[in-house]
Amino acid sequence: MIDAGRNAMQFRDPARAAQMASLLERLVGEIGRDPVSVMHVCGSHEQAIARFGLRAIFPRALEVIMGPGCPVCVTDMPEVDEAVALAEDGIRIATYGDMLRVPGTARSLADAQAAGAKVDVVYSVMQAQQRAAMLDEELVFFASGFETTAVATAAVLLGSPPPNFSILSAHKYIPPVMEIVAEMPDTRVEGFLAAGHAATITGCAIFERFVERHRIPVVVAGFEPLDILAGLAKLLELVRDRRPEVANMYPRCVTREGNLRAQEVLWKVFRPVGGRWRGIAHVPNGNLRLRDEFARFDARRRFKIDVSRLWDYAPPSLAHSCICGDIMAGIASPSSCSLFGKQCVPDNPVGACMVSTEGTCRIWHQYGGQLDLRDKDERA
Amino acid sequence: MCLGVPGRVLTVDGSVATVDFFGVRRDVRLDIVDEPVEPGDYVMNHVGFAIRRIPPAEVKETLALYEQLLAAISSEDLLAADIRGEIAGTREKK
Repeated sequence: MIDAGRNAMQFRDPARAAQMASLLERLVGEIGRDPVSVMHVCGSHEQAIARFGLRAIFPRALEVIMGPGCPVCVTDMPEVDEAVALAEDGIRIATYGDMLRVPGTARSLADAQAAGAKVDVVYSVMQAQQRAAMLDEELVFFASGFETTAVATAAVLLGSPPPNFSILSAHKYIPPVMEIVAEMPDTRVEGFLAAGHAATITGCAIFERFVERHRIPVVVAGFEPLDILAGLAKLLELVRDRRPEVANMYPRCVTREGNLRAQEVLWKVFRPVGGRWRGIAHVPNGNLRLRDEFARFDARRRFKIDVSRLWDYAPPSLAHSCICGDIMAGIASPSSCSLFGKQCVPDNPVGACMVSTEGTCRIWHQYGGQLDLRDKDERA
Repeated sequence: MCLGVPGRVLTVDGSVATVDFFGVRRDVRLDIVDEPVEPGDYVMNHVGFAIRRIPPAEVKETLALYEQLLAAISSEDLLAADIRGEIAGTREKK
């Protein structure tokens, strides 16, 4: 335990963090543009940035945008509707806690639960499977998450799950959405910080074609404060030198080819299909669906899911002024949303970004947004 | 749910390991980890599955990458020296 602590502390060393901060300052100065915008695509990166207060030491001209990196936030309304319809038909649903409040067209799973539907929160797909094994009724696991999480779902299906267990997959695949963001006409993004744990599975070579196509650098980074600062420093170095390359700053977890065993498990069970991501766009190959061989575990094929009755309700009117899509695309920040912190709060979210603990708005709301200590120093 | 947490393996029983996460013990499945895992190894865990055995040598490699980056900042860098001094000062007060 002492060792684990010491190991983690090496990546939180304040002296090195301060050096990294001045390195960032220097690099932004050398690039000479204001702002220099880079994007990360991972809720855990935003969590770490907010929790450790890293934005306070970023150079003022460095804009670190959170892209579509929260799988819960990009789960589209019709996908939530499917889960709600099943729950209202009396089927027991198990899902990750984040999914409960995600707004569907008319209702969320939390609403369905309040009206008496059987909705269980689980921490892992294994827990859902164990619960099904103890029950005499059907249990559907409403599965969300990127490839890192989808591998766990796949591994459980390759074991021998009980016959009353099935999956409603809202799993998403991150590489294709980076293409979408890079091609957005309004984008100012000059480089991407890729998520270290998704890349642990896929390997960093997966970004090479992207870099070639868009001439924009990608740096794979971990989640400790120094991992993020070092990842940003490397990214700025590549931006400064106009070197569109893939760099791996998380070699203790990420290799070039990735975790081959996990990839085999993932693609044996899932296939990529196109689908809408909430607030973003139709993402070709962005959704992960069960292959035909696993049809018997696919809730979409096991049950006749009728979502049409949910659509008779008008969507909540506030949702029209929600700018979650722009926030996830990196062209707006939560503070520019008129609903943020007023009508839209964690207990009563309007948009999906306020729902999940990995959503940009939720994180900004919890940690007080963007604290700029430097401003205060200068005013004093 | 995407959080990855590193921990140290205490025991291995077939495809399940008991892992110590900063004092909390949890069972972790080994179905998809890339290499054989033994007690004493560090693993990256994600929703109940180990996704990577973390080789100690590569922890060092990561730290070496930092040093390489920071080599760009020389000791004459006034800002860095300033901050370093301040941090040293804070530590002494504690």
